[in-house]
Amino acid sequence: MIAWTIYITFAGALLLLFLPRIFARWIALFTTIGGLALGLAAFVCTPIADLAHFATIVRVPWVSALGIDYHLALDGVSLTMVLVTGISAVSTVLFSWDVENRQNEFFFWLLLVVAGCYGVFLSANLFLLFVFYELVIVPKYFLIAIFGSTNKEYGAMKLTLYSFFGGMFVFIGILVAYVTGGTLDLNQLAQFQFAPGLQSWAFPVLFFGFAVLAGIWPLHTWAPTGHAAAPTAGSMLLAGIVMKLGSYAGLRVAMNLFPQGFQMWSKSIAVLAVIGIVYAAAVALRQSDLKFVIGYSSVSHMGFVLLGLATANVLGVSGAVLQMFSHGVIAALLFAVAGRMIYHRTHTRELDALAGMNLSHALPFAAFTFVIAAAASIGIPGFSGFVAEITILIGAWKAYPLAVWITGAGMVLVAAFTLRALKQSFFGEAGSGVVRLQEGRVALDPDWNEQQSITAAEKIGACLLMFATLVVGVYPKLLLDRIMPAVEAMRFLKSGG
Amino acid sequence: MSYLELLKLASPEAIVVITALVVLTIGLTTGREAAGATVSTARPTGNAGSRSSTRSAALCAFVAVLGLAVAIGAVLMLPRNATLFGGMLVITPLTSLFKIICIVLAFFTILLTTSEKSLRHRGEYLAIVLLATIGLMLLVGSEELLMIFIGLELLGLSLYVMAAFDKTDLRSAEAGLKYFLFGSTSSAFTLFGISLIYGMSGTTGLAAISAKLATASVQPLLAVGIVMTLVGFAFKIAAAPFHLWAPDAYQGAPVPSAAFIASGSKVASFVVLGKIVLIGFAPVHGNAAWHGMVAGWSPVLAALAAFSILLGNLVALAQSNLRRLLAYSAVAHAGYTLLGLVAGGRDGFSAALFYTTTYAITLVGAFGVVGFVRHETGGDDLSNFSGLCSRSPLMAGCMAIFMLSLAGIPPLAGFFGKFYLFRAALQASPSHGLLWLVALALFGSFISLYYYLMVLKFIFVDKQAEAGADHRSVMTDYVLQTSAISLLAAAVLLLGVMPDILAAQILAAMP
Repeated sequence: MIAWTIYITFAGALLLLFLPRIFARWIALFTTIGGLALGLAAFVCTPIADLAHFATIVRVPWVSALGIDYHLALDGVSLTMVLVTGISAVSTVLFSWDVENRQNEFFFWLLLVVAGCYGVFLSANLFLLFVFYELVIVPKYFLIAIFGSTNKEYGAMKLTLYSFFGGMFVFIGILVAYVTGGTLDLNQLAQFQFAPGLQSWAFPVLFFGFAVLAGIWPLHTWAPTGHAAAPTAGSMLLAGIVMKLGSYAGLRVAMNLFPQGFQMWSKSIAVLAVIGIVYAAAVALRQSDLKFVIGYSSVSHMGFVLLGLATANVLGVSGAVLQMFSHGVIAALLFAVAGRMIYHRTHTRELDALAGMNLSHALPFAAFTFVIAAAASIGIPGFSGFVAEITILIGAWKAYPLAVWITGAGMVLVAAFTLRALKQSFFGEAGSGVVRLQEGRVALDPDWNEQQSITAAEKIGACLLMFATLVVGVYPKLLLDRIMPAVEAMRFLKSGG
Repeated sequence: MSYLELLKLASPEAIVVITALVVLTIGLTTGREAAGATVSTARPTGNAGSRSSTRSAALCAFVAVLGLAVAIGAVLMLPRNATLFGGMLVITPLTSLFKIICIVLAFFTILLTTSEKSLRHRGEYLAIVLLATIGLMLLVGSEELLMIFIGLELLGLSLYVMAAFDKTDLRSAEAGLKYFLFGSTSSAFTLFGISLIYGMSGTTGLAAISAKLATASVQPLLAVGIVMTLVGFAFKIAAAPFHLWAPDAYQGAPVPSAAFIASGSKVASFVVLGKIVLIGFAPVHGNAAWHGMVAGWSPVLAALAAFSILLGNLVALAQSNLRRLLAYSAVAHAGYTLLGLVAGGRDGFSAALFYTTTYAITLVGAFGVVGFVRHETGGDDLSNFSGLCSRSPLMAGCMAIFMLSLAGIPPLAGFFGKFYLFRAALQASPSHGLLWLVALALFGSFISLYYYLMVLKFIFVDKQAEAGADHRSVMTDYVLQTSAISLLAAAVLLLGVMPDILAAQILAAMP
């Protein structure tokens, strides 16, 4: 049943090409809601015990010449990712409700990205997974290059080339695994014993190929540029789901297939992850463009995911998966506020300019949303970010105690830049008071009254995301119960982890 | 062996020959009258004259298409296996399959000519296209060096004329001349190589050559013969450094000619090259693995492939004319395809053939779109493509499919082709010996994504420079062509989603 998330999303994309534009956003909305509903239904209906291993849902022969099956499977990890995809997708559509220019095309590309992500999370065949993985790249290009803002063509091309650059290594890794293992089935490959010599070089090729998309330092630079250039929906999808494709595939493919290679390289991954966390947070502190701040914060938070993966124990890896969920929601929320609620009304994302506007009076709901998002992002208990990061850090404590100390320092930086962004964008200095406010108002749209109020679509979208982060934050067992058995079933875990 | 039987086995070729003659006659009788009418009479009847000439053009195209359809039927009626005159005419499932593919490519090329206004003497043009098709069929259906050479010459001479057919265009003349000069030189190389091989082995049949080579040691003279033969084919498939004709021919030739040069000619050349190296030169395969290079033809082809991939992709980056861009990308694609031959074996050969077939389909479609844009804006620079997506969303969508397939983006045919090809190459030698070539090819396709995306950027992102004053509706007189292009785009998509349709056919047809 959950396989239909892929089909209905593709079908929705196709429908958009043929139906007139008045239907466009409704089709997109219903398609994404359908996807989310299917994900939730699977979440409720599938017994937790069934989620412990990567159980086949669909399997039909596809390319007999190469022995490739169309093979989808589900376990706790992929279910979590499907859920976050659904949530982000729905809110993304809601936050693009008033896209006027080439609407059908916009939602067409958007749904393609979403469908590709569903596909990656559910694939149990290496070839199929790679097909979906690469399928996501090109729609992103169009989404950004056509509908983006600052420096859009550059940002789009940079992002696409980086993704494809990573894809090139992934391609090699997949071919090597296929030719050596003789099959493309992930479950079978996960049983295959690859020679240690092969693992030692095939693992980094595959993992770092995937990690480019996850924004691993030093190949992360596409992320802030791409996020800043993308339209709001684009950044929400990019930060929310697409970056997770990289870390998910790194976990599902690279680590599962080459466990010994992973052990050889896990230290390097941890080092890069920690550098990423601290470095990106430090850079974010100096950014003047709100979207760049959030872009770097994404890199920093994805560093946590990579650190969690590198710990190679159940807690760390489960925390990483939880962090993928949590960051997917939080990043979408942050970008929604920055790109939609603020930029759409003030036409600036410069923190200095925003500081003068004192937007918390003009846009109280946006301010509220941003406070929640910032709190979740910093890791205030009660939000999903806290649960995920604390789980990762506990896992990391067992493997790399030093990394935890450094990361702890990094988290202070995260808090610093998030609060700085929050303060400057919404709670500008009160000293200059009314005058500043007046100036701010002049800079805003002339038809203030119509444009200003936050629309219902935006409210619903924001509430959905806030609800998701709160639920998981308050009751993380909901997801962790499903994630941890699935992680325990993977074979790369260090014994006794 | 009676002549009747020969005629039966050669019926597809015979049908195409007859069609060519009929088309020529129709063009000669009706076309001339119309032309005479327009020249001799003044304004009032001029209109009627041009209408009758369009009618004659349509009739020619119709007859040609019909003849090709009948020829496909005749191919299907052939027996499964037959060999005539020591391999001069061979019928196997593989040759039948590729005869059909060549005919289909010719079919689409002819559809592209239907709205080409600049082409005069339509009947003669179509007759030459059909003659070239016969050349393709002879090439595909022969395992004997002499016959292959005759096929090559028939194809080559027809293509030279096709390239230079637009007499009013200087570039077309340049294209024809360049193509002719390079082509005839390389034919001389091939002939020289063939004669050396004949001298060494005493036979021209591929199977017999292979048997001879297996017993004798490789002598320098034989190596020269092999290399010279390969040089001739490298020219045909436009592998670097024998690609110099390609940019000018692709850019200057009339659009359908360029499409045919890029598609049909390439497919047939790869089939023959594969047969020659994998059947004829099988004993001197050599080894192109990184650590275990052994002299033979495969290191030569590997070097050609590596050079083509690098040069084609890097030079394509700098092009501002779409047809030149396609020409350089064709060089790169020839390099990828060679990987399959270097890998050798059933797998490698079928991967190469799958790749070149899907590539040919893609390029015919891409040239169709080029023809459309040329018709609409009068040029085929990248800037002419800007804003295509608002002028004709259908053509823009098709072009997106073609370009992304060339770049190797799933779920399009090019992606599966690459996967199949690289996997065959990696599997061919133990301990991933060909990994260097595969990595290079992947790097090449990474570069290529940039310029294909640039084309799409012009189409989808850029606004049209200025709203053309003569922005007439081109779609109406382009119905046939647009539907042909859409069909090709659908085929590219279908072959990507369900590659088994073709891949299993090719694999099953492999001896």
